[in-house]
Amino acid sequence: MVANQKMMGLNGDEASAYATKQVDPDVVAAYPITPQTIIVEKYSEYVADGLVGSEFVAVESEHSALSACVGASAAGARAFTATAANGLALMWEILYIAAGLRQPIVMAVANRSLGGPINIHNDHSDAMGARDSGWIQLFCENSQEVYDMSVEAWRIAEHPDVQMPVMVNFDGFTISHTMENVYTLEDADVKKFVGKRVYMKTEGPKGEVEFRLDPDNPISIGPLDLQDFYFEHKVQQMEAMKYTLKTIKAVDKEFEKITGRKLEYVYPYKMEDAEVAVVGLGSAMGTVREVVDELRAEGVKAGMIKMRLFRPFPEEDLKNAIGKVPVLGVMEKAYSIGGPGAPLFEEVKTALYDSPKRPLVADYINGLGGKDTSPEMIRGVFKSLQKIKERGAVLEPVSYVGVRE
Amino acid sequence: MSEITLKEMSRKPDALICGARLCAGCDETIVVRQVMKATRGPTIVTSATGCLEVSTSIFPYTSWEVPWIHCAFENVAAVASGIEATIKAMQKKKEGPLAKYPNVDVISFAGDGGTYDIGFQALSGAIERGHDFTYVLLDNEAYMNTGIQRSGGTPFGASTTTSPAGKIILGKRETKKPIDDIIIAHGTPYVATINSAWPLDVMKKARKAIEVDGPTFLHSLAPCSRGWRFPPEKTVEIGRLATQTCVFPLFECKQEKGRPVYELSAPSLAIAKRPETKKPIEAYLEQQGRFRHFFRPTRNEAHLKELQESIDIRWQILCEKAGV
Repeated sequence: MVANQKMMGLNGDEASAYATKQVDPDVVAAYPITPQTIIVEKYSEYVADGLVGSEFVAVESEHSALSACVGASAAGARAFTATAANGLALMWEILYIAAGLRQPIVMAVANRSLGGPINIHNDHSDAMGARDSGWIQLFCENSQEVYDMSVEAWRIAEHPDVQMPVMVNFDGFTISHTMENVYTLEDADVKKFVGKRVYMKTEGPKGEVEFRLDPDNPISIGPLDLQDFYFEHKVQQMEAMKYTLKTIKAVDKEFEKITGRKLEYVYPYKMEDAEVAVVGLGSAMGTVREVVDELRAEGVKAGMIKMRLFRPFPEEDLKNAIGKVPVLGVMEKAYSIGGPGAPLFEEVKTALYDSPKRPLVADYINGLGGKDTSPEMIRGVFKSLQKIKERGAVLEPVSYVGVRE
Repeated sequence: MSEITLKEMSRKPDALICGARLCAGCDETIVVRQVMKATRGPTIVTSATGCLEVSTSIFPYTSWEVPWIHCAFENVAAVASGIEATIKAMQKKKEGPLAKYPNVDVISFAGDGGTYDIGFQALSGAIERGHDFTYVLLDNEAYMNTGIQRSGGTPFGASTTTSPAGKIILGKRETKKPIDDIIIAHGTPYVATINSAWPLDVMKKARKAIEVDGPTFLHSLAPCSRGWRFPPEKTVEIGRLATQTCVFPLFECKQEKGRPVYELSAPSLAIAKRPETKKPIEAYLEQQGRFRHFFRPTRNEAHLKELQESIDIRWQILCEKAGV
């Protein structure tokens, strides 16, 4: 049965902070960075007003923020942090350690471009730098999704078959600072949904124990892992990540039961008969949807696919969503300097390589450093896709949208 | 404060058991076992990357009989912050195994690299935030785990692989960072230097450090046979000489009414009272290959004088602070 919900006016940062308040994790360790700052400020207020039981650790850096979360999580806590851009880059080392030690930490990332040159506005270069680290990466289109993912993330992270950290990504400023109507659950329903933390089991000296720092059942966490075991442990992580494609679906269904909101890995829109389509992540997909509607009204068979899940990469769902579209544009706010294309483009193409009828694919890098991706620019992308369709070939595999000559 | 006795110590099982792969004659196993003898109850240990960590935890084996975690090199104090925050949260919520005991203590072990240099920011932050944990610096005065490279804790003149004694430059040109002063300047409630040559002193200080609320800092000098170039059976002897020459004086510093109050520990107090018993630094230096160039091919009087003077000044300042 769908639970009672209250509509609130929240920006993305507030939605993240509010959902986390309702979850009330044991430890929150975070360092402020634009555009994530509001999360840290809001949470500090919740702590100061006694609205949460969390211990708030006002660390001196993002590196320490995630390190403190690893310590906390290993000690048995639910641990939360939030960051953006260079803060996430500073965490890079610990991202791998948190994932490698299988700590189900939840982190909000208000996506922002990576310096230099320094820039505080949105793109996905920060999150893409973390894609290989072993974190589950969810991308949000709006504040509602930020709220939903921020509640759901805990269940995904702590699922016995998962036990991995989860990163909830949402666009800096575009989402983090834009107030929207958000349906929120009651505290009790959130608490009931997330329940108590579930621990991974491991073999201790006295038999099976929970994977945590427990004086009664001492285990060593984070040992030196050399040639004879490291590879095996990494394979376990990779295989476990693949398996989460099954688990996340199950959690999504439970989430739908209480919210009535159906969560998908990818959201195809008007793809059934589409002749040109765009795939992408984040808030820009809302604008793309508008443009698709306009184009449809004009007789263009346009479609789009929004991806909510980037890690694990939902290959099958994406292929199904792409269907028989002959031309596909990847719109992404990221880059891989010196690479054949930006990350999403490369992965979409890889996923399609073995398909007997794969579409022509072109990459449209847009919005770096917060440059606006206007409806007009998106129309330009569709125009370019139509040209590719007419020609039957991609002449410019990677292009930059809205950049001055 | 509860007083620890040799009797109590001898009955307490080791937290760090045999089988660790540290070098023969390594001081770290000695001092870590001494510190761990002084724990008052359930204790969680965190180690920074370094000799101790790599040698005691090679998967699937472990030498640790207590819950232990290693995360990275520069963040042991941040990891400890998270653990301490969890203990507080669990005790507040009365949930889980950490809430079962009145005290669960957190001890961090890190080397000089993890403390003076790469881990300094995390340590400074954790102390400023006032987390209740004990930080133990195992100071072997260089990056020994990677093969004897200089650190902020390497003393003047010591030859390391990145401050080699060459034809022009004779070892490290900079002096040792005054880490204790820096930590005391944070207002740290309890700071002490420890030396495994005086085991009971180590344990008494460790117990104090664990019992004091808030962050506490124990600085141990950890003579390193491989890096300092001395025979492994001489570890304790060399460590003892460090204190007898006032290269590494033993003291405690508490905070009383916002002021640091220094107190010399017995071996150093005895020297302060009878300065004629203070040994010249040569006694300490000449046993170590890292200072070989101080004596060979010719005796470097200028170098010896410079080092002796810097040691004397620091000792004098410490005596003044301790009011002796």
